[in-house]
Amino acid sequence: MLKTFPIGGIHPSESKISRECPIQDLPLPATVTIPLSQHIGTPAEALVVKGQRVRTGELIGKSTGFVSSNIHSSVTGVVTAVESYLDPSGVRRPGVTIAVEPDQWAEGIDVGDAIVRECTLSPAEIVAKVAAAGVVGMGGATFPTHVKLSVPAGRKAEFLLINGVECEPYLTDDYRVMLERGEELLIGIRILARALGAERVMVGIENNKPEAVASLRQLAEATGGGVEIVPLKVRYPQGSEKHLIAALTGRQVPSGGLPIDVGAIVQNVGTALAVYDAVQKNKPLIERVVTVTGRSLARQANLRVRIGTSVSALLDYCGGLPADTGKVIAGGPMMGRAMANLDAPVVKGMSSVLVMPESLSRRLPQEQCIRCGKCVSVCPMGLEPYLLAKVSQKALWEEAEAHHAPDCIECGSCSWQCPSALPLLDYIRLGKAEVIRMVRSRKSR
Amino acid sequence: MGVLGYTILTLCVLGVLCALILYFVAQKFRVYEDPRIDDVEKMLPGANCGGCGYAGCRTFAATAVNEKDMSGLYCPVGGALTMKRIADFLGKAAPEREPMVAVLRCNGSRANRPRNNVYDGAPSCAVEASLYAGETGCSFGCLGKGDCVSVCNFDALHMDPATGLPVVDEEKCTACGACVKKCPKMLFELRKKGPKGRRVYVACMNREKGALARKSCAVACIACGKCVRACPFDAITLANNLAYIDFNKCRLCRKCVPECPTGAICDANFPAPARKAEVVADGASARPTPVRESGEERSDS
Repeated sequence: MLKTFPIGGIHPSESKISRECPIQDLPLPATVTIPLSQHIGTPAEALVVKGQRVRTGELIGKSTGFVSSNIHSSVTGVVTAVESYLDPSGVRRPGVTIAVEPDQWAEGIDVGDAIVRECTLSPAEIVAKVAAAGVVGMGGATFPTHVKLSVPAGRKAEFLLINGVECEPYLTDDYRVMLERGEELLIGIRILARALGAERVMVGIENNKPEAVASLRQLAEATGGGVEIVPLKVRYPQGSEKHLIAALTGRQVPSGGLPIDVGAIVQNVGTALAVYDAVQKNKPLIERVVTVTGRSLARQANLRVRIGTSVSALLDYCGGLPADTGKVIAGGPMMGRAMANLDAPVVKGMSSVLVMPESLSRRLPQEQCIRCGKCVSVCPMGLEPYLLAKVSQKALWEEAEAHHAPDCIECGSCSWQCPSALPLLDYIRLGKAEVIRMVRSRKSR
Repeated sequence: MGVLGYTILTLCVLGVLCALILYFVAQKFRVYEDPRIDDVEKMLPGANCGGCGYAGCRTFAATAVNEKDMSGLYCPVGGALTMKRIADFLGKAAPEREPMVAVLRCNGSRANRPRNNVYDGAPSCAVEASLYAGETGCSFGCLGKGDCVSVCNFDALHMDPATGLPVVDEEKCTACGACVKKCPKMLFELRKKGPKGRRVYVACMNREKGALARKSCAVACIACGKCVRACPFDAITLANNLAYIDFNKCRLCRKCVPECPTGAICDANFPAPARKAEVVADGASARPTPVRESGEERSDS
């Protein structure tokens, strides 16, 4: 019996059509636009001015607080603008635009292919290196990794859980990393375990990736063990932090609590690889693997892309945008956001570019709620989505708070399951934001 | 006397006893309330809209009766007439306030501001605003999903299907401010209604630099400052790449209106200007004629 989380969840069509595509390097684009805020927390402060030359890996944005992150140049070239760019949602945000030249790496960065296995750094040194390299959670939440690694005094991280679940349909970037970069990944995982002083290290992988399970298991055994590879039952949203903890340890993170409250720290596969690069190779986070996929797309691919490359460059590499495209989604089909601007740059948290044909991208016509209760049975947080959506629609924020709106993880299982095609999550997300704002203003008073 | 008789008697005695207890309790715990509060409440519109800043009409009435001075109180729905009746009834001075009206500071109609994507989520401006910038290139403009229409208690707002923008019915608008609070883009403003409903305002909230604003909308304020220089009364200020006309200083001279290169300044309810045919004929009119749908002035025809 495979492990999984206790309540709710769905199983959408896996559609991992790019799973056999090996990771390829995308050729350097002509220009990149590197956003100064690619993480949760305060935006970084620009360190460069227009006309300045930068080298690959050079610091161009300085972290402005504890919950903030450094930004590095992903290319060599001349800064052409330090102003605003249009993000995927059509909002202007601060960013640095660089005209690209052939790579010249900043000093101290090891660009060789040789794997560096030895790590004798102290936990504090590891955290400092991770912070300097601007590593953030690569699963999509982009929470600065050095903050997660700084366990508050009096708490202990018993478990280090590595998220190789990739429960979203279509996404295959983590899968390819686990297959192709397994050894570096395991070194990264052991560095994380060292930094946290974790007693048990587990990698959770859904059972639709048996090759990744087998390959990592063999590598882990061969390199000294200590890392358990745990196959999990295929179920969305297992990649959610709280649900992965429940699946692997059986512990439940309390409402409003953090994973460390139950002695666990969760890191994504991509993050562990970025930690390896940062600590062993002195290489800051300037590139990531992005799955470019969609049934209508001429070519599927898993591309290693420099941060700041425009999404349209990725699509052009994969045969251009098909004529019948209805939506281009940044991220997976369940939790990703439809893009209003395809020239927006790839950021640290963008795991996939998904092209959906017109026929699949439109929502179905809305009907009345038929009180079937399917949304309640699939909600992995044990909430009542129909009720939360209704009270949010009616702006009854106190009611939304009483029914735990902030516990919603926005996985979209309720909207996916709803036979009346109600936009449940749209309203719940609104209610959640309002309740969080309300609680915050109450606390500050 | 049978069983029936005793039953009736017992119930009657019990009833009288309870009535007596209730009578004394009511006497003992009686709360005196000024009877004028009820009268004042009856004079108020009873919409309980909250436009006055109080929780409802009764709270407003109680404040009007209990406060010495009525200067801070004004019912925008009832207007001057209601306030005068209440003031006369209470023997206090009636507060004077100019009638206000809600004004939409966006003229990004379908023609002025082309759509570059389609939103198919929940039909609510609040939801759309929480997700992304909107269906056009302007992230400051009206989303057109009608949250303001549904929040209006007075049927004073309607969506115009041709422009995709809400239209304020000046007759019905009571300036309660519900739409001002509701609009996630903060596009509504309560402005002086003005003599004969005439008023001049900047119908744009785009705080981007001129070139960017103009790119996304034909009638965007580009913060060129021409109106500021044209205004003889210092009523116009420029901040955050956006011009703003102070309605307390504006004397409705309309000198700013022809100065605006994009036509972002709206002049409502003015009579149509006499057409200067010769100016158009010899091509001396250098300023581009933007597409405008509100207001009588249509110089392009």
